[in-house]
Amino acid sequence: MSVVNYARTLQKVILNIGPRCYHRWVTTASVALRIRDSKQNFRCRLWCGLLTPVHYQYSTEGNTSKVPSVATWEPVLENQLPPAKQVPADLVDKLERLALVDFPNQEGLVCLKKAIRFADQLHVVDTEGVDPMDSVLENRALYLREDVVAEGDCADRLLQLSKDTVEEYFVAPPGNIPLPGREEC
Amino acid sequence: MAASSAGIGTLLCKNINKQIEIFYPTNRRYTWCVIRRICTSISRFRCQGQIKRKSAPKELVGVVGLEVHAQIQSITKLFSGSQVRFQAPPNSLVSFFDASLPGTLPVLNRRCVEAAVMTGLALDCVINRKSLFDRKHYFYADLPAGYQITQQRRPIAVDGTLTYSHLGGTRRNTLITKSVRIKQIQLEQDSGKSLHDDRRGQTLIDLNRAGVGLMELVMEPDMSCGEEAAAAVRELQLILQALGTCQGHMDEGQLRVDANVSVHRPGDPWGVRTEVKNINSGRNLARAIDYEIQRQVGVLKNGGTVQNETRSFDRKSGFMPEPNLPPLIVYDRPSTAPPCVHPSQVVVLEEVRAGLPELPRARRTRLVESYDILPEHSFTLVNEDGLTDYFEAVVKETKAGPRKVIGWVNQVLLGLLHHHSLSVSQSPVTPQMLAQLLNLQENGQISSSVAKQVFQELWRAPGKTAQQIIQEQDLGIVSNTTEIHRICQKVVDSHPDQVQAIRGGNKKVLNKLMGLVQKETKGRADPVLVRSILEEKTS
Repeated sequence: MSVVNYARTLQKVILNIGPRCYHRWVTTASVALRIRDSKQNFRCRLWCGLLTPVHYQYSTEGNTSKVPSVATWEPVLENQLPPAKQVPADLVDKLERLALVDFPNQEGLVCLKKAIRFADQLHVVDTEGVDPMDSVLENRALYLREDVVAEGDCADRLLQLSKDTVEEYFVAPPGNIPLPGREEC
Repeated sequence: MAASSAGIGTLLCKNINKQIEIFYPTNRRYTWCVIRRICTSISRFRCQGQIKRKSAPKELVGVVGLEVHAQIQSITKLFSGSQVRFQAPPNSLVSFFDASLPGTLPVLNRRCVEAAVMTGLALDCVINRKSLFDRKHYFYADLPAGYQITQQRRPIAVDGTLTYSHLGGTRRNTLITKSVRIKQIQLEQDSGKSLHDDRRGQTLIDLNRAGVGLMELVMEPDMSCGEEAAAAVRELQLILQALGTCQGHMDEGQLRVDANVSVHRPGDPWGVRTEVKNINSGRNLARAIDYEIQRQVGVLKNGGTVQNETRSFDRKSGFMPEPNLPPLIVYDRPSTAPPCVHPSQVVVLEEVRAGLPELPRARRTRLVESYDILPEHSFTLVNEDGLTDYFEAVVKETKAGPRKVIGWVNQVLLGLLHHHSLSVSQSPVTPQMLAQLLNLQENGQISSSVAKQVFQELWRAPGKTAQQIIQEQDLGIVSNTTEIHRICQKVVDSHPDQVQAIRGGNKKVLNKLMGLVQKETKGRADPVLVRSILEEKTS
C-alpha cells in the first residue's frame, strides 16, 4: 500500500474511533513532504499528530461548537426595567451643549427616550460587589516612553489637511459660538 | 464702625427733630410728615446698627484658593514624542497624536511621571501607588481632540503641604511662616495656543503647545490676602526650580496661576467665588487678588451680591475614564516591582526620593546654621536668584564676618539692584570687588561711611578697583591724631552753646558735633576716635 493510502486509511480509522476527537487535516502535500524525511521521522510526526489534538472546527461529524444551535436570548420585559425617567428640557439643552448633538424636534426627543430605555436594560444585571471596569486594558502594564524626540516637524503635511490656513496657522471660527437657547430656536 | 454710625443716626434724628420744630413751627402737618420720613429712614439705619452691635460685628475677610498649572520641564510632550520648546515656527512641534488625527494613541512619558512624583514628595504629599487617567470633554478650537487627558478621579499625589514665609510685621523684617494644604497634584495635557484676529473674525491656532505635560496643583483656600498668595507662589517656584521639574517663569507661561477669591465673615459659610486669571507675575497676582477682595467687600457693604461670572470648571460632568491608558502604577522599592519587567518601565519611589536635591527650606536652615545669620536674612538670600552664591563668594574671600557681609549684601547691594531693576547676575560690582572693599574696611584703611561712598563709585565705574578710587579721591582714613584734635577743637570752639548743652547733660548733641567733624574730614575720620576726643573736650 502506498504511503498516501496508508495515511488516508489511518484518518478514517481515527474518525470512526472518536467522534469528539479533532485531528489535523493531513493534506497530500504535507504527507509528501514528510515522506522526504527519513522514514523514522515520518512515523514520529504522525504519532505526534495523532497524540496532540488540535482544536480545529471540522465541518462534518463530531461537531461541537460553542455557539448554541437555538437562540437563547430573551427579550427584557418592560416590567423588569426601572421606571422610565423623564428627560427635562434643561437636561436636553445641557446634553446638546456637551455633545454638540442637535435634538431639533419631537422625533429627536423620542429617539433619545428610546435610546435611554434601551440602555436601561443594563440595570437588570446584578452588579452587587463588582467594581466597575474602565477598559479591557485594566490589568495590563502601562508602557512608559523614554524622553527622546521622535516625532514632529511635519507642519506642511498637517496643514494640508485643513481647508483654511493662514501662514502655517490653522484657522478656526472666532471663540466659541454659543448654541441658541431653547426660546431662540 | 457700626456702633458709631448708630450713634450718629440717633444724634441726627434728634437734631433734625429739633431743627425742624424750631424752623417750621407753623406748618405742623408738613413738618410732622417730613420728620417722620426722615426719622423712618434714619431709624431703620439705627435699628440695623443696634442689631449689629448686639452680635459684635466681624470684618469681612478674604478667602483665596490657588490652582497652579506648572509646565513640566521635559524634552518631549506628555503623550507623544514631539519636542517641547518655547518659541518655534507655528505647528512645527506637532505630531499626529497632538493634532488628534484618527488612529493615534497616547504613550506616557516616563520623565513626566518622575517629575510629578518628585514634586509630590517635595511637597510632602501622599503618592497614590495606582492613579488613573480620565478625559475631560469640552469644545474649544485649541483642543483638537475635543477632550483633555487628565487625572480627575485618582491623581498621582494628594494631601500635601506647602510651607511658605513672607516678611511681615510693622517694619517688614519679621519672618512669618504659614502653610497651605495641597489638595492634589495631577498630570494633564496642555492645550494649543489661539490668536484672535478680530479684524477678520477668525482665530489662528498653533498646536506647538498642545500635549505638553502639565502638573496641576490644587490648593485649599487657606490664604486670606494677595501677599500670602504671592509668597506661596514664590516658594513653589523656588521648589520647582530646585527640583528641575519646572523652570517657573510666569512671564513665559511655564507657571500659570488662577486664584479663586471670595469674602466672608469668619464663622459664616464661604461667599460666592470669582476667578482671577491670566496673571503673568507674582506682584500682579498680589495686586489682582487684593483688588478683587476690595471689590467684593465694597459690593457686599453696599448690600449687593457677588456675581460669579466665569465658567466653572468644577463641574462633575464631561468626564469619562481614558480607555486607552491602563492605570499608572508606582512602586515603593525595587523589590516590590514585578521581576520580569525592564527597569525603564518602572518608577520606584525609593529611588526618586533618594535623588531629591536640596530644597529651599533646607538651604535656608543650612545658611542660618553655617553662617550664624538670622532666618530673615537667609529668607532674603534664597528668595533672590543668585544672591546666595554671591553672599557665599564674598564670605569666602573676605575677613569680615558673615553678619557684616549680610548687611552689605541684603541692604546695600540689593537696594541698588532693585532701584535699577537688575538681577544679581547683572550687578556691576562682583563678589570679589565687594570682598576687597570689606577687607580695606576691616584693615582700618577706610571708615564705614567712606566704604559706602566707594561702593557707589564702584557701581558707577566698575573698571576701577577700590584701591584706585580711594587713592584718587584721597578717601583714606585720617589717623593723624593731631589733625583730628585740631578739627575737634575747632568745632568745639565754634559751637559753645552745644558744648554747654552737653555739659548740662544732653548727650545727644554730641552726635551733631560728630557730624560736623565728619563733614570737615569728609567722612574719613575714625568715628570711635572722634567720639572719644569730643567727649574728652566737652567733659
